[in-house]
Order: sequence, then C-alpha cells, then structure tokens
Amino acid sequence: MDIFIQQIINGLVLGSVYALVALGYTMVYGIINLINFAHGEVLMVGALTSWTVVTELRGTMPDWLLMIVSLAAAIVVCAALNFTIEKIAYRPLRNAPRLAPLITAMGMSLLLQTLAMIIWKPNYKPYPILLPSEPFNVFGAVINTTQILILVVTAITLAGLMYLVNKTKLGRAMRATAENPRVAGLMGVKPDMVISATFVIGAALAALAGVMYAANYGSVQHTMGFLPGLKAFTAAVFGGIGNLPGAMVGGVLLGLIESLGAGYIGVLTGGVLGSHYQDIFAFIVLILVLTLRPQGLLGERVADRA
Amino acid sequence: MKNKLVVFALCGLALFITPLIAQYFGNAWVRIIDSALLYVLLALGLNIVVGYAGLLDLGYIAFYAVGAYMFGLLSSPHLTETFPAIGAMFPNGLHTPIILAIPLAAGLAGAVGVLLGAPTLKLRGDYLAIVTLGFGEIIRVFINNLDAPVNITNGPKGLSQIDPMHLGKLTMGKAIDVFGFTIPPVTLYYYLFLLLVLGSVVLCYRLERSRIGRAWMAIREDEIAAKAMGINTRNMKLLAFGMGATFGGVSGTMFAAFQNFVSPESFALNESVMVVAMVVLGGLGHIPGVILGALLLASLPEVLRYVAGDLQSMTEGRLDAAILRQLLIALAMIAIMLARPRGLWPSPEHGKAAPGAQAPTPVPPGIPADVTRSAP
Repeated sequence: MDIFIQQIINGLVLGSVYALVALGYTMVYGIINLINFAHGEVLMVGALTSWTVVTELRGTMPDWLLMIVSLAAAIVVCAALNFTIEKIAYRPLRNAPRLAPLITAMGMSLLLQTLAMIIWKPNYKPYPILLPSEPFNVFGAVINTTQILILVVTAITLAGLMYLVNKTKLGRAMRATAENPRVAGLMGVKPDMVISATFVIGAALAALAGVMYAANYGSVQHTMGFLPGLKAFTAAVFGGIGNLPGAMVGGVLLGLIESLGAGYIGVLTGGVLGSHYQDIFAFIVLILVLTLRPQGLLGERVADRA
Repeated sequence: MKNKLVVFALCGLALFITPLIAQYFGNAWVRIIDSALLYVLLALGLNIVVGYAGLLDLGYIAFYAVGAYMFGLLSSPHLTETFPAIGAMFPNGLHTPIILAIPLAAGLAGAVGVLLGAPTLKLRGDYLAIVTLGFGEIIRVFINNLDAPVNITNGPKGLSQIDPMHLGKLTMGKAIDVFGFTIPPVTLYYYLFLLLVLGSVVLCYRLERSRIGRAWMAIREDEIAAKAMGINTRNMKLLAFGMGATFGGVSGTMFAAFQNFVSPESFALNESVMVVAMVVLGGLGHIPGVILGALLLASLPEVLRYVAGDLQSMTEGRLDAAILRQLLIALAMIAIMLARPRGLWPSPEHGKAAPGAQAPTPVPPGIPADVTRSAP
C-alpha cells in the first residue's frame, strides 16, 4: 500500500512537470498547428542555465535567493531563445508545405542539443540541493519539501496562466488568433505579436519545469529535455491538444500512469518486464488515446482554444 | 537514343571503378561510400512511405533495427551460446544461409511495419509522426532491455561476431584476388550495395508508375477524394508501411553483415531523424532527389572529419567530429527548409494543382498552412 501512495506522490510531481511543458506545446499547436519539437530542448537549456548560475554564484547569497535568481535567469534565457527560434525558423515557413516547419523544428531540436553539448560538455552534472529537503511521512510514503514546493509552484503557475488566458487582453488576443488569425487580424489583433508572446510564455513555463526537474532529480545533461518533451506532447494530446485544462489534466494523469506503471509492471508481468520499461507507457497511452479518442480527454472545444 | 546508351555506359563505368580508385587512397574512403549507399537504400525505402504515400514515419529506423537484429541472431553465435538446446541442435553454430536469413529478416521487418501501421491508419500528419516516433522508441527500449530474464538481444552489449554475407563457400569477409588484383571486403560490399541500390531504384521507379504508386500519390494529395474514387486507402497505406519496412529490414541485414556487430546505439532516434531529413532535403517523392539528399548528408560530414582535427584543437576538444557532424546536419535541415521548403531537387510535376488554381491566394502573415491536408 505504501508503494502505491509513494508512486502516486512521484507521479504527481512528475506529472506537474509534464503539465507545465505540455502547456507550451498545446498553446503553440493551438495557434500555428506546429509540433514544436524543440520545446523539450528549451526545458534543457533552462535547466543548464540555472545550473550554471547556481554553480557560479553559490555562496554569494542565501540558497533560497540563489534558487530564485537562477530561475529568473533561466526564464529570461529561454524566453529570448524561443522568441528567436520562432522568428528565424518558424515564421518564414508559416505558409510553406506542412512538412517544412516540422523538419525545421526537428533540426532546431538537434541544433540546440548539439550547441548545449558544445557549451556545457556532454557529461552529467550534479545539481546541488538548494532547498531544504526535509522528508515527511504521508501514510507510510515519503514526500520531501522540494516535491511539495514543486506541486505548490505548479498549481500557482497554472492558476496564473488560466487567469492570463481567460481574463486579460493578451489572453483574449491569443484565443482569437487560435480561432482564426485572419479575422483576428481584421479586429486589430497583431497575430505575429501574439504568436511571439505565446512562444515566450511557453518558454518561461518550460524553463520553470526544467529547473524543477533538475532540482528534483539532482542532475542535468544536454539530452535531458528530449524524453520529457516527447512525453509532454503526449500529455497535450492526451488531454486534447489546443486545450489548456486538458494539457494540465493530461500531464498529471500521464505522470501518474507512468509512475504507477513503473512501480507495478514487475509484479504484473511476474518479473519478466522491469521498471526500465517506464518510458514505453507514455507511448502506449498516446497510441490508445489517438486510436480510441483522437480529440483527447477533454475534447477540442473549438471556441476555447488558446 | 545512342547518346543515352553512351551516358548509361559511362555512368556504369564510373560507378564500377569508383571504389577501385577510392581503395587506392585507403579502405576508409570505401567504407564511407559503403555507408552512404546504405543510407541511400534506407532513404529509398522511407521515400515509399513518406514521399509516395505521404505518411510521415519517424520510427523508420526501428525496422532497420529489426532487420539487423534478426540477421544478427540468425548468423551469430549468440543464440547457440545462450540457449543450450539450440546449441545442441546446431553444433557448428547457427550460420543460416543468406537465402533464408535475408527473407526472414525482411519479412519480420515488413510484418512489424504492417503491425505498426494498423493502429495508426486513422491518423495523419503530425499525429502520425509522433506516434511512429513513439513506436520506434518502444522497439529500442525493448532491444535495449531484452537481455533479462531471457537473454534474446544481449541488451546494450549488442550482438557480435555476425557472419559476413556469404553464399555457400563464397564469403565477402575475405579479400579475393582477381587477375592478381586484390579486392578487399569493403569493395566487395560496395558492389553488393550498389546492386541493391540499383535494384531498388528500378523497383521504386516501376512502383511510382504503377497503379499502386498512383493510388499512394492520390492518398497523399487528398485522402478523402482517393477514397471516393474507389481506392482502398486502408490496404494501400498498410502496403506502403509494409513495403517501406521491408526495405528497412533488408538494409538492416546488410548493415549487420557489413559491421559484423549490432548494438542498440546504432538505432537511436537521431538516425531516424537523419533519414527523414535526407528524404525531405533531397525532394520528397523524387528518386534522384532522395539519392542526392542521402549521399549529401551521409558523406559530407564524413569528409569533414578531415578538418575536424584542427577545429578540435582550436576549441579545446569541444568540437570533435561527431559533434561537428550533428551540428552540420541540424544546420542543413534548418537552412535548406528555409531556402527551399520543397527540397533541393523536387520532382518537377509534383503537387501540380488543377489549372487556374496555381497561384496561392494571398494570406496575411500568421495564417497556418492548410490544416486538413497532409504535406505535399
């Protein structure tokens, strides 16, 4: 039983990271119908930037302040990066055949990975423990303060994003552009500006997710973004792509499925398959969702895409 | 007519003597050409799926892996050493003749291809891309972990001591002497791969002009219209997946025999992306374009290894050959797509619209490309 609760806790923490990344995918897909393959790499750049700041400035300020400073640096770098990527690689191809932007996105993902490998070297780097990591007992399972903090920060971010999209002027412009860029343009919305804003917000969320991922797992490397990116896309599809609450629900559910799956696959298959098969669950979920319910769990509410 | 024959004869002669010249400068050069030819073979196979049928398959390298591993299992000592029962049945080792091993490997890859295609028939475009990518990863995870509790693939260690291509007593593993001229194995493999590539080109060319090929292109251009015209889109898509996968499987057997060794490392996602890049960069659905793309992406970075040494010392070892290669491929993917979204050498009549609909209607920036239609 305590394994069950432990895996639920792990799943929730993992799922909230997926949810944050999935929001970036879903917003971009909702507006320009592009799978931004490089989104997972933005997470990686965020984590590595934060690692650099932390290792360089360690000791000059209290740990909690350092964490915030490194997070801010990561967000700024990622936002600038994603803004530039959109401008030079995706914008010129907006009216090209559908495959072209997809290929550029894959090229961009490869490029970012390679550049990160050149800048930060290919080895794994330990991410120092900055936050108090006090373990608590919950029904026999363990949760530490970092994990609690991740859950709280994610919840606050998600609430803030919902407010931004549903209540502010920018949010309305985003929804209008997702609906129909041409008509939105006629109504005084600048689609290019809105798309840039979407990429910047998505990058900020990915940077936050990257820092939390690094803080939770304690190590960073240039390939760390790829699988979370792919899984976050799965989460976005799972919840219904283009749908913000869907991305959140999809992310959390996918995290739960993955950690419960990894925890129980050994028992279920009599030890034939072990927990190193963890990575296949996301894809099985993806295939099942796409064949059984292609519009995703929450459907694609056309009027509410952002 | 006469001119054409002369050109063909000259091309044939050039292809024939290329390795003999390259061999003079060292076997490494022939190896580069060999692996480029393997990539051409892979790209031609993927072109059937992506170029003709318009199904973006990002898990293509998985079939390559299936073919390579099947061949590896059938022609390496792994099975006889791990399972005493099989060892007792084949005391001399499991040296399956290639007449049996290649069709088995190709058949298995084709079957896996159909299996993969079946649940994804309803999907198109991006969704299909991401699902096939997932399938590729699933197969890789299995290959990487199927060493326990029953050791089938030998896990990350891979299979070694795979037999070279052999037909009865004739083997490509050793150099042979022809009129006092020594032909090393790499050159022998060159001729084998060249034959396969030429055969594939003829096959693809015939396919393109057959009813099947036209059905695929109809599906690529407009699936609903194709269905309305009486094309069985389900069977045609499965056929495309199966046929592409068979190509991948055959390439895999060649790779396994050529390297004498397979491990999960060779079948990472980057390789899949690279083959897709070759097909798309060259020109989707256009055989000469695809070959050009494959040759360029496969050989250019290899040649650049010779300047990599200086760069490496200039950058304190950060920029080694492998990294430079990746960097170039990534930059090529982005730059060529930006400059020529239809590829370097697109097919001339490809994607012609009905008369009068040639000029696209002007759209303000920010409009996504047509959503329902898959990529031309």
